[in-house]
Amino acid sequence: MDSSSGVKELSKIINETYESFSDFFVRRRKISFKAVISEIVKTGYEAIPIVAIISLFVGIIMSLQSAYQLKRVGALIYVANLVGISITRELGPILTAILVSGRSGSSFAAEIGSMKISEEIDALTTMGINPVRFLIVPKFLALLLMVPALTLISDFMGILGGWLLAVTVLDINAESYYQQTISAVLLKDISTGLLKSGVFAVIITLTGCYQGFRVSGGAEEVGRRTTASVVASIFLVIVTDCFFTALFYYFT
Amino acid sequence: MKKIIEVKNLKTYYGDMEVLKNVTLDIYRGKNTVILGGSGCGKSTLLKHLIGLLKPAEGKILFEGKDITKMSLEEIVSLRKRLGVLFQGAALFNSMTIGENVALPLKEHTKLDDSTITIISRMKLDQVGLAGFEDYYPSQLSGGMKKRAGLARAMAMDPEILFFDEPSAGLDPITASGLDDLILKLNKIFKVTIVVVTHELPSMNKIADNVIMLDKGKVIFCGNLEEFKGCNNEKVRQFIERRADEDNQSHEEYFKTLIKEN
Repeated sequence: MDSSSGVKELSKIINETYESFSDFFVRRRKISFKAVISEIVKTGYEAIPIVAIISLFVGIIMSLQSAYQLKRVGALIYVANLVGISITRELGPILTAILVSGRSGSSFAAEIGSMKISEEIDALTTMGINPVRFLIVPKFLALLLMVPALTLISDFMGILGGWLLAVTVLDINAESYYQQTISAVLLKDISTGLLKSGVFAVIITLTGCYQGFRVSGGAEEVGRRTTASVVASIFLVIVTDCFFTALFYYFT
Repeated sequence: MKKIIEVKNLKTYYGDMEVLKNVTLDIYRGKNTVILGGSGCGKSTLLKHLIGLLKPAEGKILFEGKDITKMSLEEIVSLRKRLGVLFQGAALFNSMTIGENVALPLKEHTKLDDSTITIISRMKLDQVGLAGFEDYYPSQLSGGMKKRAGLARAMAMDPEILFFDEPSAGLDPITASGLDDLILKLNKIFKVTIVVVTHELPSMNKIADNVIMLDKGKVIFCGNLEEFKGCNNEKVRQFIERRADEDNQSHEEYFKTLIKEN
């Protein structure tokens, strides 16, 4: 009973989001750009510091850990390749997606959930406004733009972190580390990472909003659904990542 | 008198529990109808059916002769533009100012330009006595003011019928009475049909033309206010005279329920 109504709710959300987008492109129905901008600020702009700092540290860690191995075979310069490729192909997108799940996915669930218990969703419906279009579409657009953008920042900061450590601790020449990274990281590596991050954006929005719309009890359930949204979206992000990585391994 | 809403043999369930049992009632155009009943009698559920938020298991809800349970999405949306709802907690959007809240239905449903919408929303706020509050956020207002702002939003599209879910809940007698006056004013001046769900007798006495009383999911009374006051139904008398349910349990039975021995 519970799981079947859950599937129904999820398919309703997916359907209505799709319809809202086709409404927008085909029938030129207006989407509130003010709401989109406000979501972009909340989910993207305000996440820049945390994404940048965490990626910087992960870059440093990656650099140190790979140096530990590569030093033994006397191939220290390949730290640049290892850091560059693992950050752009994998760590940048997934770190960003996990951070955005924790920051924005949870806030979507909490926002929609508390709107649901204070009857605001009912109020929207009785005003003849589709709550899915009104609430999800701006979040959807914002994350579709912002997760790839944050991923780019994360890529840059991660590589910067690796470079910083290599130059200061590992005594690698700054210029040659730079050249090594440029020649190792292909455009393909960055673009597959960005493609993945777009898919993660879809997953995070849908999971967060779905859990929000499923709230039916009181404040306690808002908390429970918020937790569930973070756990579920991190899980789904990693599973999807596994699938895409396998796909790219064979087809690029 | 013309009927605006007719409910016929409405039945609904929450899980296995039957919440509304064969409810049949009429709401007349231009009248103030009060739906009365104790807690848990199904009156809020009935209201949610009337505004199309819930679908009944069985029965019909006719709005001007058309069954809303069988309407397409477009028909329901265009119907909803003709009705306004004031929810129990006012249900204002906390991220928007009062003015933006009132303007929202206009922005979504009309092609008016922004300055016209601002003027209309100010007028609506003025009608409920909140002139000059358009830049405040809901969290900055008192309970009574929130309800007034919610009412202004419900009136934004000039509805033909307004629904109120427990308008006086959580308000002091003076503020509640002020809200009742406002409801009467709307009915007299704008000829809006009013449907109020409440359990408060003073409020009912003031507003009602017609009274519908529910008890345990059944309609036990349907008629005008005078008839209601003279009604001899045991439950109605109990409600009007404010008597608690009599405790018929013997001591022996009470002990048995305590130790769960049947």
